[in-house]
Amino acid sequence: MTAIILRRFLQAIPVLFIVVTLTFLLVRAAPGNPFSTEKKIPPEIMEQLEKQYDLHGSIWHQYLQYMGKVVRGDLSISTQYRNRTVAEIIRQALPVSMTLGAVAYFLALTFGVTFGAWAAIRHNRAGDRLIMLWALLGISIPSFILAPVLVMLFAIWLDVLPVAGWGSPDQIILPAICLSIPFAATIARLTRGSLLEVLQLDFVRTARAKGLSEDAVLFRHALKVAILPIIGYSGPAAAGILTGSIVIETLFGIPGIGPFFVNSALNRDPFMTSGVVLVFSSFLILFNLIADILYFVVDRRVKLE
Amino acid sequence: MNREGLEVSDQPALSSGRRFPPQLVPPACLLGALFLFGAFFYFFGGWTLSAPADLTICNGDEPQSLDPAIVTGQLEGRICLALFEGLTTRNAKGDIIPGMAQSWDISPDGLTYTFHLRPGIRWSNGDPITSADFLNSWERALNPATASQYSYQLYYLVNGEAYGTGKITDFSQVGVKAPDPSTLVVTLNHPTAYFLELTSFQTLCPVHLPTVKKYGNDWTKPGKMISNGPYLLKEWRLNDYILLEANPFYWRPVPIHRIKVLPTNNATACLNLFYSKKTDLIIDKTSIPPTLVPDLRDKSYFHSNPFGATSFIRFNVKRKPFDDVRVRKALALALDKKDIVDKITRAGEPIANTLVPPGNADYKPPEGLSYHPDEARRLLAQAGYPNGQGFPDVNLLYAARGSGTQVATEMQALWRRELGITSIHLRGQEWKVYLNTQSLIDFDLCLSAWVGDYNDPQTFIDMFVTDGGNNDTGWGDPQYDQMLQTSEMTADPIKRMQILRDMEKILVEDQMPIVPVYFYVGMSLYDPEKLGGFEPNFVDDHRWGEFYIPGHKP
Repeated sequence: MTAIILRRFLQAIPVLFIVVTLTFLLVRAAPGNPFSTEKKIPPEIMEQLEKQYDLHGSIWHQYLQYMGKVVRGDLSISTQYRNRTVAEIIRQALPVSMTLGAVAYFLALTFGVTFGAWAAIRHNRAGDRLIMLWALLGISIPSFILAPVLVMLFAIWLDVLPVAGWGSPDQIILPAICLSIPFAATIARLTRGSLLEVLQLDFVRTARAKGLSEDAVLFRHALKVAILPIIGYSGPAAAGILTGSIVIETLFGIPGIGPFFVNSALNRDPFMTSGVVLVFSSFLILFNLIADILYFVVDRRVKLE
Repeated sequence: MNREGLEVSDQPALSSGRRFPPQLVPPACLLGALFLFGAFFYFFGGWTLSAPADLTICNGDEPQSLDPAIVTGQLEGRICLALFEGLTTRNAKGDIIPGMAQSWDISPDGLTYTFHLRPGIRWSNGDPITSADFLNSWERALNPATASQYSYQLYYLVNGEAYGTGKITDFSQVGVKAPDPSTLVVTLNHPTAYFLELTSFQTLCPVHLPTVKKYGNDWTKPGKMISNGPYLLKEWRLNDYILLEANPFYWRPVPIHRIKVLPTNNATACLNLFYSKKTDLIIDKTSIPPTLVPDLRDKSYFHSNPFGATSFIRFNVKRKPFDDVRVRKALALALDKKDIVDKITRAGEPIANTLVPPGNADYKPPEGLSYHPDEARRLLAQAGYPNGQGFPDVNLLYAARGSGTQVATEMQALWRRELGITSIHLRGQEWKVYLNTQSLIDFDLCLSAWVGDYNDPQTFIDMFVTDGGNNDTGWGDPQYDQMLQTSEMTADPIKRMQILRDMEKILVEDQMPIVPVYFYVGMSLYDPEKLGGFEPNFVDDHRWGEFYIPGHKP
């Protein structure tokens, strides 16, 4: 298994290389200059700026300069935040997003699986209908609607939670809930669907026929099989949820990495964009690997390739 | 179903059930990991519990830098000017008052300024501030290697431009000298009426060069930065907050000890913070949603002030049909600007018939063209497009952010209504792309804005010099260029203002390469019973050292 994991890590290198290449070239090829402002910069200064950032010469020259730095572990300096390196920004912002994401992820899994399983057991009864309605709403209501509504309810009217900001544990509650709801809803639907299917299978009937309690059938046998699609979904979802959300982090004023995914591209900051894309792709590869390992652990029929 | 009976016959399963159920291992691990994770990020994830501040300000966005020579934005400038102070500064009303310089003498020809530094002034680490600090900091701001986008603020100095663009490399030829530690002598290219405003601007603030040399790009970090203004940088967490603390070495005590600056850039979040009393002052107008302004306007905590910035339309005079001055005038006369400020921008913006915003008492602006749809239709017919018939396809470029799209749509509708022109097409672009298109003059009409650098008509008028860097209309007039030169050489302020007035007349009455639309207003939210020293001023420049809490004024 170690060999397989090692091989997957080695495979990740060319993937990340291609991703960074495409990102950098696309940002540089897009119209607009990272340094342009409403007031024109004297050409001599622009030249200096581009030289300082190794953004002069042909796009290939710029690309090679950048890749040379990346290989040496230097993600360069942000063109938007001129006193900060990209690595420094990621170092400050990523843990914040990960903290928030981990809480949200935990909420999503707990509530998603619990409600999904419950809905499956209560198939076609009121509880099921209610949960599925909630799940449908959770998936379809965008977070930029949900977040202000929850803020108004809990922070303004009831005044029990802070409206925005970061720095104390109570400030994590509302954003974590907002962030987790669409994931929880998806997981609930997946769990329900998968569990319903599994409960029809022969081995469940056998287990019941052998006289196992319904709890034992459900928790020890059925759920173990039904959980597989959730593992498949949760891997990439974890990468997404841990690297922050632009909407949630902007609405709650959270100093995470989410907004950089969009703003760095709008600011035409090639280094910042490549940096955050690198982080996200690494997470995606890592969590897909973890999901595969979990598949393997839970279901011995799966072979790690 | 006999449940009990079944359970008895289920002995093996039941006994295995007494072990820790293997299915619960992953959730248990997850829970454990989460606890570890939580503990870890409690210490490293930025959950710092910093000391409470006496004043919390929503500043609009995360500053791009706090290096006074580098920053260009207003929100960065505000913090920089709390940390640094130039030779002059501003009081709450926005008037120029002595800063690091106690006094100054101006030669009769208006070309030489001799600044006398305040005795005993010190950096935040206790080092004395000398005139050499100014000289060297200006050298740094001008030096092309610093790549300061605002270095042109020092082009007024003799040889400033030559040094700034690398044409000369000997700084001793530049018009600034430090004959003794407390005297700075500045020689200008031509009399510059607003030079004392420039010396209060962040680009001309001194920086502590030993620190800059020692830490390089990192010198603006808390614990490293040495400043000379009313405050020093205590903490700075990216996108989280900045904490400023009164600088003990500043030449006078400041009323407010600690200021916390929030970079919240979401208008709704800012308002929520304000309503839940987590912030005392919303200082940036972008933090106030325009749709809410009509409701906010009557509140005691809503404050607005005229602000030296203008929204206007650029014509591309090199392309048909806007090469014809009659068409340009027709579009200007047909634009019902009141409709735009009442329906869309809604912050109480005054409509603009001139480019230069009101605010400089010495300047009497020309009349400009006001709303006259009949005259507009007549001119358009004269130009060969009666009722808009045969008007070629043209595009209206605008930046698709803020209320840009709505303003452009409204203009399109207004010109259709008044002139019957149906062939104006909207062309919204992302900000950076828009800037690019505008500078290439690749448009027919372009929705633009200009924020004055200082309170003088010059900062608006000199934009439209032939092939000027920010002209972007293709328009040029040798007479206009000649007048600009004359005005720069004119030491008599009244005569100079007259020349500038005549120049603006060419812009907004005779030639119309642009159509002024409205003047911006500054907006802020604060409770006047809880914050003093914040007075509306035309430059929208509020020095934080002037702020005080009523009842606590020392």
